Amino acid sequence: MQFLSYLISGISLGSVYALIALGYTMVYGIAKMLNFAHGDIIMIGSYVIFFAFGSFGLNPILSVVLSMVVCTILGVTIERVAYRPLREAPSLAVLITAIGVSYLLQQVAQLLWSANPKSFQSIVAGVGLQPLVLFDGQLTISAEAIVTILACIVIMVALTAFVNHTVPGHAMLAVSEDRGAAQLMGVNVNGTIALTFAIGSALAAVAGALLCSSYPTLSPTTGAMPGIKAFVAAVFGGIGSIPGAFLGGVLLGVIENLSKAYISTQLSDAIVFLVLIVVLVVKPTGLLGKKVNVKV
Amino acid sequence: MPLSRLKHMKKTTRSNLITFAIVIGFYLVVQILSGAGLTSRSFEGQLVPICAYVMLAISLNLTVGFLGELSLGHAGFMSVGAFSGVLLWTMLGDSLPAYVALPLAFLAGGLVAGIFGVIVGVPVLRLSGDYLAIVTLAFGEIIKNIINALYLGVDENGLHFSMTDATSLGMEPDGTMLINGAMGITGIQKASNFTIGIVLIILTLFVILNMINSRTGRAVMAIRDNEIAAQSVGINLTRYKLTAFVVSAVFAGFAGVLYGLNYSSLVASRFDYNTSIQILVFVVLGGIGSIRGSIIAAALLTVLPEMLRGLQDYRMLIYAIVLIVVMIFNQSPQIVAWRKRVVERFKSRGKKQKEVA
Amino acid sequence: MKKFVSGMLAAAMALSLAACSSSGSSSAADDSSSAATTEESSTAESTGIPIHLGGIGPLTGDNAAYGIAVSNGAELAVNEINAAAGTEVFTLDFQDDESDSEKAVNAFNTLLDGGMQILVGPVTSNPSISVAAECVSENIFMLTPSASSVDVVTAGEGNAFQMCFTDPNQGLTAADYIADNSLGTAIGIIYDSSDAYSTGIYTAFAEEASARGLNVVATSTFTSDNNTDLSTQVQQCQQAGADLVFLPIYYQQASQVLIAANNIGYAPTFFGCDGMDGILGIDGFDTSLANDLMLLCPFSAYGEDETTTTFVSAYEAAYGETPNQFAADAYDCVYAIYQCVEDGTITADMSASDMCDALKSAFTSMSFSGTTGENQTWAADGTISKEPKVYQVQDGAYVLVGSEE
Repeated sequence: MQFLSYLISGISLGSVYALIALGYTMVYGIAKMLNFAHGDIIMIGSYVIFFAFGSFGLNPILSVVLSMVVCTILGVTIERVAYRPLREAPSLAVLITAIGVSYLLQQVAQLLWSANPKSFQSIVAGVGLQPLVLFDGQLTISAEAIVTILACIVIMVALTAFVNHTVPGHAMLAVSEDRGAAQLMGVNVNGTIALTFAIGSALAAVAGALLCSSYPTLSPTTGAMPGIKAFVAAVFGGIGSIPGAFLGGVLLGVIENLSKAYISTQLSDAIVFLVLIVVLVVKPTGLLGKKVNVKV
Repeated sequence: MPLSRLKHMKKTTRSNLITFAIVIGFYLVVQILSGAGLTSRSFEGQLVPICAYVMLAISLNLTVGFLGELSLGHAGFMSVGAFSGVLLWTMLGDSLPAYVALPLAFLAGGLVAGIFGVIVGVPVLRLSGDYLAIVTLAFGEIIKNIINALYLGVDENGLHFSMTDATSLGMEPDGTMLINGAMGITGIQKASNFTIGIVLIILTLFVILNMINSRTGRAVMAIRDNEIAAQSVGINLTRYKLTAFVVSAVFAGFAGVLYGLNYSSLVASRFDYNTSIQILVFVVLGGIGSIRGSIIAAALLTVLPEMLRGLQDYRMLIYAIVLIVVMIFNQSPQIVAWRKRVVERFKSRGKKQKEVA
Repeated sequence: MKKFVSGMLAAAMALSLAACSSSGSSSAADDSSSAATTEESSTAESTGIPIHLGGIGPLTGDNAAYGIAVSNGAELAVNEINAAAGTEVFTLDFQDDESDSEKAVNAFNTLLDGGMQILVGPVTSNPSISVAAECVSENIFMLTPSASSVDVVTAGEGNAFQMCFTDPNQGLTAADYIADNSLGTAIGIIYDSSDAYSTGIYTAFAEEASARGLNVVATSTFTSDNNTDLSTQVQQCQQAGADLVFLPIYYQQASQVLIAANNIGYAPTFFGCDGMDGILGIDGFDTSLANDLMLLCPFSAYGEDETTTTFVSAYEAAYGETPNQFAADAYDCVYAIYQCVEDGTITADMSASDMCDALKSAFTSMSFSGTTGENQTWAADGTISKEPKVYQVQDGAYVLVGSEE
């Protein structure tokens, strides 16, 4: 029972990582860049919900929608201003710019909303969902955990369907396969990448809502560490792969929580990263990553 | 040396000499200015960290620029170097004269970082691109977590070691803590200075520039440009990749010792992925593959946040904006082309004016 | 292209060097001119020449909330003193250190360039250790509001004084209080193993707990990297059957622990230290979760005495939030120094080094009453002694439940 309870909190944490990782992996797969600012977009989205729902008493669902709109606009703007001019530049240049954007968002958040932490009101509880109590109260599964896991699965399935069965989705696949050829075939590359950022950022808003509902401390650096962990999860599962991001995220959360529970709370991160290294050495493109054949 | 000889020299040799001249020139200028009392304390206080960051940037450039692999764990090598070097220094500093103990501390730092370079180097041989980046990042975080949980003490019964807390060391009351978990090493006798830093930079430059211009360096660059082609002409991938990676780690270790001996306390959390990224920023901003660019960018970006102190709350905001703007200005193909056009126009105008005159 | 970039960077470098050196020379000029003016007038206080206070703390990054509170508290005290005196007694220059030794030493040097005479800070332990060593070599008086590690005063070699209890002192007192009042039969501990403050208290608490025969059933930790989810640690305490959970951690993470415990219906007695203060001020936090929380803390924003009420209302008016002990400690730091100005121990025309010597002997012989305690005294090593107080949260306010000597 104890093990089950640790396992469930691990899956819950992992689903949050997975949600963030989905955004990472979308952007990476299509724009071929590591958007280090993704975690900070999550933070901004969470602040929007905090004020809309917590301070102004807006309907929780509407608050999340509002946050998605704000994040989408923010994500597309960042892409247009900071990343698009560097589309043809070395990939490292974009990486550094993304880091610059990450610093910028954190600083703006601190100036606007101060460094004092805020305690986030759970939007899940706001909707009125109750925790699930099993085995005469021996096992409690929080409503946040259930919603996060479900949301994560729904979004993963929806994204896969979108990419495989719609025209913009096919355009994304084409751009991810070969940007030059896609352009020659009449795909609007800039538009497709902007759409990717829009979807990735909207996902970030959802991830922020669920991250802060489960783990309610919100400060300007809230997004940083989950962002890095989600990046690790995305690579773990095979970056660019949507099911891979899901699998990587959940596994990461479970390993982290079980090693906290049974091995050492101090070294849980070291264990997570060690597992990651071992997996990558054995399977160099991650769990579900495509094997790339190198041609001369 | 007569100027004519300088002209006939090989282009790379001349370029390398200029790099050395910049470093030595900087040293002399600073010494003269500080001798004349013209430098501020704030600037003097930053000289040692500048030297450390310059060494880190040069050594990371070897991995990123010449080996062509992205590493996000350079601070990890710095960390193991710093901790082993400083640990040796605190243990030997009292019993041995400084001119013996100090080189030993640096050697220990470089050696340990080198050993870790080999350990991390093994996955390097199998992975590339972002997968390698994540493995190096993971390595840096593992190092940080382990040192944060590491307790080491010494008393009359010898060394005590624990991975949980200070109490479980079971030391005698008169024992001293050497590494105290998250508090790291405290009470370090400061030993670094600007001269040591410059000497180390010159050593780093000497080794790395020589390596780049040698058979090894050409092999490494051939691997970067086309791994399969390099292999087909008989270049031993394992050997050259590992060599470059380990050399890079060793100098990061030296830089770590230099940095660690400049403050009276040393904590592992200082060497997190943010520090690795900071070093990467130096390398990218200075120009990937340009050693001189790394040196200048590292020095400049270390001084910049300090110069922005007058801006108070907006300091890091401005720093972030500067970073983004400089990156776009330097790397965007459109802006680079536009800049070239502007320069051309000025040149042609200058020529016309000359013709008129 | 590369040449252009490096050329540009080199030019900028040269500029920055010039800027640095020029600022250095200008501050030197300021010093000499101020020295010249003080020579003309013998009594410094009446002429209105201010004493330059410097402050260091994290204003950006993870620990910014603590640094900003200290900066606000010190600023408020300086403004009050200047307004009351009708002349500029103090100036305050507060510099960011991002809670990092390197930046803290840089900030210290910048402050010295600006003519700092007394240092109020740094805020966090590790930067304080590095800065304390610098204070020894420059002979600057350092009074830290909140860096509570013993290593700070050790590194300060008598130049560094603390306004807060040392970590071991807090751990020891907490264990004694719990034992004396039989607050718990089975004790769980959750602490931040990546934080010097938290580890310091834990170590002393664990030693004293075993000496006093307290039954510690669970010890759980987290680090600054894995503190997103603290529910596992709370579950571990619950599984071990702890009826009292000791939380020597800061209020941000403590609020998470309380929420996680509430989610699984776990309600032991929670007992925190001074870092816990501020938990009721977290925006959006349901303060009913903190009901019955006990904390060992010298300061209560709900205190009735005049010093506290004046401070709290002035702070709320100026910064729009309830002050926590970080702000109160900083406020007291400035007033403690002001006490030495009033009794003539230091005057603005003294050099920083003379001021340091004068303050060292004054602090070890004087007694100071402020918002964080009455009749506080300092030992020669720089540690403070004051009456520890234990508060309990009831209906969103602190109620004094005991004090321990």
